[in-house]
Parts: sequence; C-alpha cells; structure tokens
Amino acid sequence: MKARTLTRHFRESLKSLGRNSWMTFASVSAVTVTLLLVGVFVLIMMNLNKVADDLENDVEIKTFVSLEADDARIEAIEATIRSMPGVESVEFSTKEEELTDLVLDFGDELSLFQQSNPLFDVFYVKASEPQQTEQVATEIAKLDNIEDVKYGEGKIEKLFKFLNMGRNVGLVLILALLFTAMFLISNTIRITIVARRHEIEIMKLVGATNWFVRIPFILEGMWLGLLGSIIPIALVSTLYYQVTDFAQPKLSGEMIQLLDLTPFIYQVSALILVMGVFIGIWGSFMSIRKFLRV
Amino acid sequence: MIQMKNVYKKYPNGIVALNGLTVEIGQGEFVYVVGPSGAGKSTFIKMMYREERPTSGQMLINNVDIATLKNKRVPMLRRQIGVVFQDFKLLPRLNVYENVAFALEVIEETPEMIRKRVMEVLDLVGLKHKARMFPTELSGGEQQRVSIARSIVNKPKIVIADEPTGNLDPETSWDIMDLFERINATGTTILMATHNREVVNKRRHRVIAIEGGLIVRDVAGGDYGYEG
Repeated sequence: MKARTLTRHFRESLKSLGRNSWMTFASVSAVTVTLLLVGVFVLIMMNLNKVADDLENDVEIKTFVSLEADDARIEAIEATIRSMPGVESVEFSTKEEELTDLVLDFGDELSLFQQSNPLFDVFYVKASEPQQTEQVATEIAKLDNIEDVKYGEGKIEKLFKFLNMGRNVGLVLILALLFTAMFLISNTIRITIVARRHEIEIMKLVGATNWFVRIPFILEGMWLGLLGSIIPIALVSTLYYQVTDFAQPKLSGEMIQLLDLTPFIYQVSALILVMGVFIGIWGSFMSIRKFLRV
Repeated sequence: MIQMKNVYKKYPNGIVALNGLTVEIGQGEFVYVVGPSGAGKSTFIKMMYREERPTSGQMLINNVDIATLKNKRVPMLRRQIGVVFQDFKLLPRLNVYENVAFALEVIEETPEMIRKRVMEVLDLVGLKHKARMFPTELSGGEQQRVSIARSIVNKPKIVIADEPTGNLDPETSWDIMDLFERINATGTTILMATHNREVVNKRRHRVIAIEGGLIVRDVAGGDYGYEG
C-alpha cells in the first residue's frame, strides 16, 4: 500500500465520522458511559487493594527478650534475627522505652511502674513478605533467651485470607466489567457498520481489496474509541483529584493511605485511552468481517 | 476476450441457473443478453465479475480463468471490468466526484491523475456541473450516468451492464443508450442484460437469448424476440 493511500484512508475515516454524525454520536456516547464506569471502578478497586497492602504490611512480630540476657547477648540475638531469610527489618526497643510508650498510650497512672519495670526488652521484626510472618516468628521463638513471640497468631492468617479473597473478587469484577465494556462498545460499532454493509458490498464490486475497505472502518473505530475516552479521562481525573485533596490530609500519619494522585491517575487515564482505542479497532475489525465476502 | 465453455451453475438450494452454456465474445463487440426472468441471465452477468462462481466448466476473461480464480485476485479482475447496475449502486455518503474517484483510489492512482480523469468522464456523461452533489439529490438518469462514469473511469476493456435502463423512463433510457454506444465506439466491449424491447429492436447489435440456462439464439443484429 502506498503512503498516499494511507493518507486517503485517514481522510476518509474522518470524513465518515462527520457524515455519519448521528451514528458517531451514538457510538461515542456508548464508549463514554462504559469507559467512565470502568475508570471509576478501577479507581475504587486499586485503592482497596492499596488498603489491603497497607494492612498486611502493618503486621509485625513482637519478640520479648528474657531478663537474663545481657547486652552482648541482645546484640547477638539481633544479629541472628537480621541474618534470617525473609526478615526485612529489626527494631530494638528497651523496656524503659516500652514503658514510656505505654504511659503515653494509657496515661500517667502507669508511671508507678517506673520504680520496678515489669516489661521486657523487645525486638520489632518485620517479614519482607507479610505471608512469611508466621514462619519467621517460629524461627525466632527457637532462639535462646527469647521469652515470647507475638504476631497476632490466628488473627493475621484470617486477615490475609480475607484480603486475598477480596483481591480475587475485585479481579473477577474488573475482568467482568472489561468484558461487558468490550461487548457493549463493539456491539454499538457493529450497528453502525451493519447499517453500511451495502456500501461495503459496492466497494468490493468496484474492485476494492478487503484491506482497502477495512482500514477506513478500523480507523473510524479508533477515532470513536479516542473521542469516547476524553470525557471519562477528564471526569475520573477530576474526581480522584478531589478525593485525594479531601482525604489525604485526614489520613496523614494513619497506616491506611490512598494511592498518590500521580502517577496513579496517569496510569488510569492511559488504561482508559488504550481500552477505548483497542476496543474501537477490535470492534470494527470483527464487525466488518462477514460483510467482506462479496 | 470472454470465453465460456460448458459452464454449469447450480445454487445451494438446488436451482440450476446455467446448464452447460458455451459462448465467445470478442473485443469491441456490443452484445445484448435477453431472456425471460429466471432464465439464467443474471447469473450469466454476475459471473463476469465473479459475484458468482461457476460450479463447473471453463470461463476465461482476458485469458484469466474465473472458475479457479483465487478470492484474493478477484479485486484485480474487477478493476479490468466496468460494471453498471440496475440500481446504480452508488455510495450514498460520497458525492458524485468521490463516487467516480473511488474506482481510481482503489488502484492507487496519483491525486493529479484522479482529478484529471474524473473530470474527463464526468464531462463525457454531462455531469461536470453536478460533481459536488450527492446521489440522493440526483434523478435516476443522472445517477445511472454517474454509475457509467465510474465504470469507465479506469478505462476497462469490458463494461458489463445489468439492466441499466430497468429503473429509467424511456426518454432517459435513450440518453443512457447513446452513452453506451459512444463507449463502445472507443473499442470497449459492452455486455448488456436487458428487458427493454424498444432499445434492442432500434439499436441493433448482437443478441444472445438465454432460456433454461442455455443459449437458445445468438444473432448478430437480431431483434428482441419476446412479446412485451
């Protein structure tokens, strides 16, 4: 195919948008509504996923060191824990620091205990993968001079199970929505092409090859997808800007955070755009197939 | 030019449209194809541009075998043949100029060449002044002239016409016939299926009559031969 033919196809596809303005409007509206739905849903699901991650990463192992361990032994324990596979971070906190935290949390009445501190020195250990927490905790418990190991045994397994289920449900919902979007959009495009099957037949009878007929339609599908993704991108971006603007100051310092505006919103916009264009092209391609057999 | 030998066509529903038809049409001839409805005329015409494919037999157009022609090569065949239809088959969303230009865009002509050639043929059919109008804004006769302009714009050796005057009033029909005779005078073969008794009897050319899927009469300068 020559370059000027490609130029011709581009010109033809744009002209066709204008001359079929009603059909164009109908298709673009369908694409707009569907992609808006997809965009908002992706915003919600990705943030729920982020919350799940935050919850998981908040899990840590509290390791109580026996009173008989001296400073050298404590250092040795820290080194051992650090060298264990699957350990991301180890933080040491003396029993005095523990008491100060306690007093901060529960009030001055507890400062009585400063005379005889009943607490233990503590290591806060984080596993690099939240799912490894249990395994790491078991390993630590085997060490000498460890009084006790606490990591929300039984509870975190349930939490992880619940979060995983949530993720899977979200994934299925997103896939179902994407499928519906493809079906809706390609169906609308199909209607516009069925209305023009007579034209396709004429083009073939005048000696056009399949690709000569197909390319302008495919380009038209691409424009429809492109036009249909403008409003969803604008609305979704504005919406998320407003949400983060409102919620992020309120959440500062909390363990649960929303995804930052950038680059997340660029990714969502790109997803909407690519989906619109891809479905437009795909929809045209599939719809035109059976009318080319003349 | 066009050679058919024992061409047989049976449709999937069991109807036999052509029953071993043999004919030869040479370069520059003007041929009417006549016969009652359902005799196989349309199938005969449709085979010329491979809208239908022979079930068996040999069919050569410009020495290309239509029966074995690959689907991919069909556009090449159609570019060597101009086709004029009873219902004009103009592209409704393209204007007169664009409709004619389409046949040249398909063969990837240069824009300068397209402009020149399209204006030439529009002048020939007398529609230069209506180049920017859309098919729906034209009369039936004018639409048919656009269709003829499109069929000859890339200078084919053969023009096939399937009842080109079928939807037109008598006066307009004569204008259209004049056009075809002018095209024929430049050496182009014309093959025209028609029910128009007047036309066949007044503008004498070779007449092929088809009945029951066979040629029952083939006379140079013959008459229509059917009542009404």
